[in-house]
Amino acid sequence: MLIRSSDAGFVHPVAREITPRNVFESRRAMLQHMALGAAGLGLAGWAARDARAQMKGPGVLPPLPARPSAVAGAQVLDRPTDYKDASTYNNFYEFGTDKSDPARRAHSLKTQPWTVEIEGLVKKPGRYGLEDLMKWSAMEERIYRLRCVEGWSMVIPWIGYSLAELVRRVEPQPGAKFVEFVTLADRATMPGLRSSVLDWPYVEGLRMDEAMHPLTLLAFGMYGEVLPHQNGAPVRLVVPWKYGFKSAKSLVKIRFVDKQPVSSWEKAAPREYGFYSNVNPNVDHPRWSQATERRIGEDGLLAKRRKTLMFNGYEPQVGQLYAGMDLKKYF
Amino acid sequence: MHGMQGMRTALRHRGAWWTLLAMGLLPLTWLVWQTFTDQLGPNPAEALIRSTGDWTLRGLCLTLAITPLRVQLGWPELARFRRLLGLLTFGYASLHLMCYAWFDMGLDWADIVRDIPKRPFVLVGSVALVLLTLMAATSWNGAIRRMGARRWQTLHRSVYVVALLAILHFWWMRAGKNDFNEVWVYGLILAVLLGWRIWRRSKQH
Repeated sequence: MLIRSSDAGFVHPVAREITPRNVFESRRAMLQHMALGAAGLGLAGWAARDARAQMKGPGVLPPLPARPSAVAGAQVLDRPTDYKDASTYNNFYEFGTDKSDPARRAHSLKTQPWTVEIEGLVKKPGRYGLEDLMKWSAMEERIYRLRCVEGWSMVIPWIGYSLAELVRRVEPQPGAKFVEFVTLADRATMPGLRSSVLDWPYVEGLRMDEAMHPLTLLAFGMYGEVLPHQNGAPVRLVVPWKYGFKSAKSLVKIRFVDKQPVSSWEKAAPREYGFYSNVNPNVDHPRWSQATERRIGEDGLLAKRRKTLMFNGYEPQVGQLYAGMDLKKYF
Repeated sequence: MHGMQGMRTALRHRGAWWTLLAMGLLPLTWLVWQTFTDQLGPNPAEALIRSTGDWTLRGLCLTLAITPLRVQLGWPELARFRRLLGLLTFGYASLHLMCYAWFDMGLDWADIVRDIPKRPFVLVGSVALVLLTLMAATSWNGAIRRMGARRWQTLHRSVYVVALLAILHFWWMRAGKNDFNEVWVYGLILAVLLGWRIWRRSKQH
C-alpha cells in the first residue's frame, strides 16, 4: 500500500530555487503577448485587407480617385460599414420618410447638369458647375463616423475636400458670420416633397468657424465612387461631429449670411432640434437617449449598444470651437 | 346574399377559430423567419421593434372592430373571436416590449428604469401593456365568475384606454421626426371604432 505524506514522493526545492511569483507571472504574460502579437499581426493584415475591400463600392457608379486625407481625425480606425447598408438605409426625406425609400426612389434624381449657386456676403458670388467645383481642390478620402440623431451610426469612407477650400476661393466678406446650405427641392423628381413633414427646401447652416474647420467636408463620392443618388448626389456636406441631418445632401445653394440661419429641423420642432446639434451623449433628445448608439452592420441583434462619444469622438479636433459654451442650452 | 350566408356558416365552423389563430401567428412566423435568414435589413433591432408595434396596433383595431361588426351586421357568431384577437394583440404587445428591452437595451434593467422617465412615450406604452396584461390574465371564463361580471367588465373596458394610450405612444414617438401619416391612419380607425360605441350609447339613452 502506497502511503503519500506531504514530504514523500516529491522533493521540495529549496526556497532560493523557487522562481518568485512576479517573475514567472511576467514570463507567462510575455509568452502570451508574443503569441497574441504573432496572431495579431496576422489578424491585422487580414482585417486591413477586409477593411480595404469594404472601402470599395460595387463598381456600378463611376470611380472617383482620391488620396488618403492627412487632416487630423480624418482616418478613423473603425471598420467601415458595408456599402450595401450605407446605400440602402438612408434618411433623405425628399424621397420618403422610410429609410428604404431613398434607395428605391432616388433614381429619378437628375444630377447632370448640376450647378451650385454661391450667394450672399461673398466677393465672388456666382453659379458654379459641378465639374468646376470638383477641380477646386484635390480629392481626399476620409473615413468618418456618422452618428444619426435616431441613435444609430455608420463609418463611411467619403471622398471630397474641406469646405474651407471653397470658402476661401469665393472670399467671404467680413460681415459673413454663418453659412447656409440649401438643398434641391424638385417636385418632378422628388416624391417626398408631397408630404408636409418638413418645409421644403431643406436648409442647414453652420457657424463660419465650423464651416472653416478642416474636418467639414464637401463630399462628391464615397467608397471610391461618385455618390449614389440616395446618399446626396452629386455634392453634399459632411460634418462628422454633428448629428447626420446637419450634413445636407444634394446642395444647390451655399449662402453667406450675417445672421444664424434657421435649419429645417429647427423650424419643424424647435424644442427637439437646435442649430448646433453637436453629437453629445449628455444631452438627450426628447424621444430617445443619446447616450448610446447601434453601429449598423456591426452590433448584432444581441449586442449591447455602444457608448456615444462626445462630439462623435472628434472632441480633440473640434472641442475648442465650443469652449465656454453651455452645450445644454445650445444643443 | 348567398356569399354572406356562406361566410357566416364558415365563421360558425369549428375550424374557424383555429384558422384565425394560425393567421394571427403568421406575422410572428414571418418575423422569426426574417430574423434567422437575415432579411430584416441593416437595422434588425429597429425592424423588429417597429413591426411588433405595428402588429399590436393592427390587432387592437381588429379586436375593437368585432363588436361594431357583430352589432351592425347582426352576426352574433363573431363574438367568439374577440378573446382570441385580444390575446394575440397582447402577445404582440409583449413581444414589442421584449424586443425593446432585449435588443435596444440589452436587458439592462437599470438602464431601462433610467430610460423610461427620460422618454415619456415609453412610459405611456408600458402603462398600456400593464392594462393589456391584466385583461389577458382575466380572459378565461372562470375569471368572470370569480370577479363578478360587473367588475370584470369594468376592467375589460380599459381596452378603450389602451387604444388611446397606444395612439399617444405612437404619435409621441413619431413626433420626433414630425412624421404623422401612419399615426393619422391608425388614429382615424380607432376614432371610428370608439366613436361608434359613444354613438350607440347615446342612442340607447
